[in-house]
Amino acid sequence: MELLLDSLFNGVAIGSVLLVAALGLAIVFGLMGVINLAHGELMMLGAYTTYVTQLIFKLPILKPFYNSYIIVSIFLAFIVSGVVGILLEKTIIRKLYGSPLETLLATWGVSLILQQFVRSVPLAYGTGLVISLIIGLFLPTTFPSKIKESINFKYFKFSTWIFAALTGIVTGSFISSSVSKLSRASARNVDVTAPSWMRGQVEIIGTAFPKTRLMIIVITLISVIAITLFLNQSAWGMRIRAVTQNRQMSDCLGISTEKVDIITFGIGSGLAGVAGVAVSLLGSVGPNVGGNYIVGCFMVVVLGGVGNLLGTVLASFGIGIMTDLIGAGRLLSIWPDMPLPLSNTINFFATTSMARVMIFALIVIFLQFKPTGLFPQKGRMVEN
Amino acid sequence: MRISRRILAGLATASLAVTATSCGGGGTSGSFDDTVTVGILHSLSGTMAISESTLVDTEKMAIEEINAAGGVKVGGKSYKIEYIVEDGASDWPTFAEKSKKLIDQDGVPVVFGGWTSASRKAMLPVYESKDAFLYYPIQYEAQECSNNIFYTGATPNQQSEPATDFMYKRSPAAGGDFFLVGSDYVFPRTSNTITKAQVKQLGGKVVGEDYLPLGNTEVAPIISKIKKALPEGGIIINTLNGDQNVAFFKQIQDAGITPSSGYYVMNYSIAEEEISTIGPEFLEGHYGAWNYMMSIDTPASKKFAASFKKRWGADRVVADPQESAYNMVYLWKQAVEDAGTFDDNAVREALVGQKFDAPQGPVEVMPNHHLSQTVRIGEINAEGGFTILEETGVVLPQAWNQKHPSSKGFACDWTDPSKGEKYKL
Repeated sequence: MELLLDSLFNGVAIGSVLLVAALGLAIVFGLMGVINLAHGELMMLGAYTTYVTQLIFKLPILKPFYNSYIIVSIFLAFIVSGVVGILLEKTIIRKLYGSPLETLLATWGVSLILQQFVRSVPLAYGTGLVISLIIGLFLPTTFPSKIKESINFKYFKFSTWIFAALTGIVTGSFISSSVSKLSRASARNVDVTAPSWMRGQVEIIGTAFPKTRLMIIVITLISVIAITLFLNQSAWGMRIRAVTQNRQMSDCLGISTEKVDIITFGIGSGLAGVAGVAVSLLGSVGPNVGGNYIVGCFMVVVLGGVGNLLGTVLASFGIGIMTDLIGAGRLLSIWPDMPLPLSNTINFFATTSMARVMIFALIVIFLQFKPTGLFPQKGRMVEN
Repeated sequence: MRISRRILAGLATASLAVTATSCGGGGTSGSFDDTVTVGILHSLSGTMAISESTLVDTEKMAIEEINAAGGVKVGGKSYKIEYIVEDGASDWPTFAEKSKKLIDQDGVPVVFGGWTSASRKAMLPVYESKDAFLYYPIQYEAQECSNNIFYTGATPNQQSEPATDFMYKRSPAAGGDFFLVGSDYVFPRTSNTITKAQVKQLGGKVVGEDYLPLGNTEVAPIISKIKKALPEGGIIINTLNGDQNVAFFKQIQDAGITPSSGYYVMNYSIAEEEISTIGPEFLEGHYGAWNYMMSIDTPASKKFAASFKKRWGADRVVADPQESAYNMVYLWKQAVEDAGTFDDNAVREALVGQKFDAPQGPVEVMPNHHLSQTVRIGEINAEGGFTILEETGVVLPQAWNQKHPSSKGFACDWTDPSKGEKYKL
């Protein structure tokens, strides 16, 4: 019983990391069909946001609230990655809809740029830049419609960008002068330390579980529930689903597909940021952190069936449980006296690196029989 | 016309000066008779840049020190050392390519370079075919002995063997079982083969072993294996690479694998630099084994740390790889002065037997092109340094490990032409 519980928990823990990382991709790649190779770097931005938030919460004014910085950083990471994603959509991806190969190359280029960006720009100014982006992109949308419709709107827009740039520079210099760790560019990996209430373990039914893992599971659960509710219950969710199913028809019926694209891509990217927070709790934060997850993300989405959230959920937990079963050699403890050749084979695969080989092999075999994944998309879109 | 020509000339001089300083050499000053240019080849970009750039800093510092003390004196002339820094870009073929460039195009008599074993393996054929000389400053898995490489880092018998011995005999977990964790590449696998043979000799038991693919930070399966194999605590030997250590220590602490519950981790790749990145709060109470530790309380060690801080900033630390890099520049200078020429073969001959009063204590170059060194075992403390617990005498290097099944009974001696790279003892 304890073994089963332990194994199940481990599987769910590994799976939830995969799931939270793949969730954004499931939307961007699954619903929009955009192969976004910069998804990992959007995660990385989320992880760096956590790091910056942590340091800012160490400032004297915010020190009393230090323990809650991780909750704040979840929202901040969503906004930061979401805004960068929206900018990416507006400037690059929009021009490349319908040409997957070019999208793939362009987003790969973007991923390299983002990696180099965090290596060579001090994080304080990076933060300033993101703040100016947020203001520049969103302030004009809050203007009353009277201004928006006036002929001089472009001047208004221009002046907001100037205002945004100034705010960015001011915050950048402020952070740079008050947090010395952020004032210099560094390729060095940095470290996010979980607040004390999140360290250590909790005992549930006689088994000890690490708290950070539980936290990641909770983050994942909330993200999945929120996104499901959004897609199925809200008006924008309905529009997104409509555009996914039939773009021309939705366009004819008066849905602004352009807006839908921005919102979908923004949400997908924002979720990557949330994943970045989760990942920063497990390991160190560095320019390459996203690259380590991107293959796993695509694997989960393809295995689950492109365009299906339930499939993504099941696929990630499936992979998580399989990783634990194979990698930790659990089959041997379940069935201790199995015949020797079999137990030798299992022992051979019971290392983390060989388990990975095994998982990939199993997925390849599975996709031979079900090339469209666990839950293939049905309906008219498939025929197009 | 005249004015513009003057401006042009001024510009040209200025740009020359800029080029010269950006190459790092600077112009020849009056007190030297000549200059000699050496090569420095480490990764300044990519994943290894974090670690390798510290070596570049140290080598520059050593060269500046030598120049300040009058340079290299060869045949009655004093030479100022200049250097060309090349970027290996964390890409192994690039290391080979840049080596060729340094040797053929720049004609440097010596290259100081490399960190990963993969980069060294990529460079080795270049130096052997051109009969040039590479100085390599990192503790590594040995099982190699080239006539064209000079190794100033520790071999396994100068690091892991005394460490395993300490863990099994004198640590708080003495007599306990071993679990081996490493990144999945050549150094951890070779090192662990040696550790397994040694633990068997000592009468202990290795109850498990696992390797994390490079770049992977999911440690959950390893943790459950450790808990299963060592339910009551025990000894963990860790050869994980850089960043993976962060994931490993964060996650094992959360899972309750800590010194207070009887688990002690001995680390071979965590020095002062890494402790400050990972955070001492995750590492306190675990162990490390090195030849040099910043906390060594001798004038030479303190001077080394102080001059590094003075040159590169008060927040910087020095660690074992940097000390090896520092030593090798000085040993090269001594060998050149003894040989009286920059010629490779003469320098190589003069190098063996060179003694240097290094920050770690006296070191000497052995006939197998490795250094005799002192080994220290330290406990990681809350300040991010090591509390030194043990110090061996001078340990001779074994290029061919005597516990590894494939190299038992072999040795290397380049001073005797009949022995060479690998001969039977």
